[in-house]
Amino acid sequence: MKPTPSQTIGPFYGYALPFAGGGDIRGGDIRGGDIRGGDIARGGITVHGHVYDGAGAPVSDALLEFWQADPSGGLRGAPGTLRRDPVTGAIIGRDGVAFTGFGRTPTDADGHWTLRTHTPGNGYISVCLFARGLLHHLYTRVYLGAEPSGPLADALTPERRRALAAVEEREGVYRFDIHMQGEKETVFLDFA
Amino acid sequence: MEDPDAAELTGPVFGVTDVSPLDADLTRRHLAEPLGERITVEGRVLDRDGRPVRGQLVEVWQANAAGRYRHQGDGHPAPLDPNFTGAGRCLTDDEGYYRFTTIKPGAYPWRNHVNAWRPAHIHFSVFGRAFAQRLVTQMYFPNDPLLPYDPVLNSVTDERARARLVAAYDHDLSVPEWSLGYRWDITLDGPAATWTEHGR
Repeated sequence: MKPTPSQTIGPFYGYALPFAGGGDIRGGDIRGGDIRGGDIARGGITVHGHVYDGAGAPVSDALLEFWQADPSGGLRGAPGTLRRDPVTGAIIGRDGVAFTGFGRTPTDADGHWTLRTHTPGNGYISVCLFARGLLHHLYTRVYLGAEPSGPLADALTPERRRALAAVEEREGVYRFDIHMQGEKETVFLDFA
Repeated sequence: MEDPDAAELTGPVFGVTDVSPLDADLTRRHLAEPLGERITVEGRVLDRDGRPVRGQLVEVWQANAAGRYRHQGDGHPAPLDPNFTGAGRCLTDDEGYYRFTTIKPGAYPWRNHVNAWRPAHIHFSVFGRAFAQRLVTQMYFPNDPLLPYDPVLNSVTDERARARLVAAYDHDLSVPEWSLGYRWDITLDGPAATWTEHGR
């Protein structure tokens, strides 16, 4: 069967797709907690960055989605990212027991996004980028830690391989900027 | 490049905890009924082999009957409807069916070029079994005179592919004294265990 074509997400998705706590995959985590230092010790990380267009200007209405393995590398996911209050219907989010592996966050007015999660056991976080200027969303990956490795990373030039690695700014905080076009264009992937 | 272990060949999972029963009816989210032509939109989410995509999340958003989005960035001087937000969610059933009750969105002007109007459309966000099957697109209504003038629809250059974005009026789906029915099936692409660098 022929696939349904993709269309731009447009500028007005903001009251429909984003949800409170969407960028907090670690949300409600009974292991993480807020004990000083305990979060990092338990593998909690923050990944953040900007989305830039081809002219280097921040993109303030992009939507990012994340899909990742749990800390032991499992990719089964779990329902409950959007867990609902049965009385009001409000989104109350993850229960902190099941690792859902899915996150979603829009960029802010400065084109910035933040993801709070656990280090994935397979070393990378899959990213899907939607923006008004895109007819079709774009996929990339954020590699954490040492030099990216694996079938994808090994197939890239050393320069582009390094471009997929997040920069560790301080312990547990990684930066990964996305350039939609231009000289610094991010490594995007097609799953044909 | 082959990578059978790629994370993108799996994807997020959703369940009954992620949707509330009222999410699929966009006309029952406020104290009173929204203005406009009540419609039912139903269809199946399938993969390229025609197999139903079960239990996955379908999200929609749209303008109100006057062509205005509930978004502060929408400067179209048409009224907001206090009884209409225009966002909905549901899970596909065991046969891959989704179903929404809503009102028909209005056409609206945008500043893309002089006298630019978007035909009535509903935005859809669909998850497959794999993250690589992710789809965000727009559903249009049949026989809309604005379709040939819309650069967004016509960004799909193949005429037959464009036709797959247009719902069909389905008289059997219309409910007497209640709503008009539109049917629109969605086929998700991929996923393949191969990937390439985009544009290279």
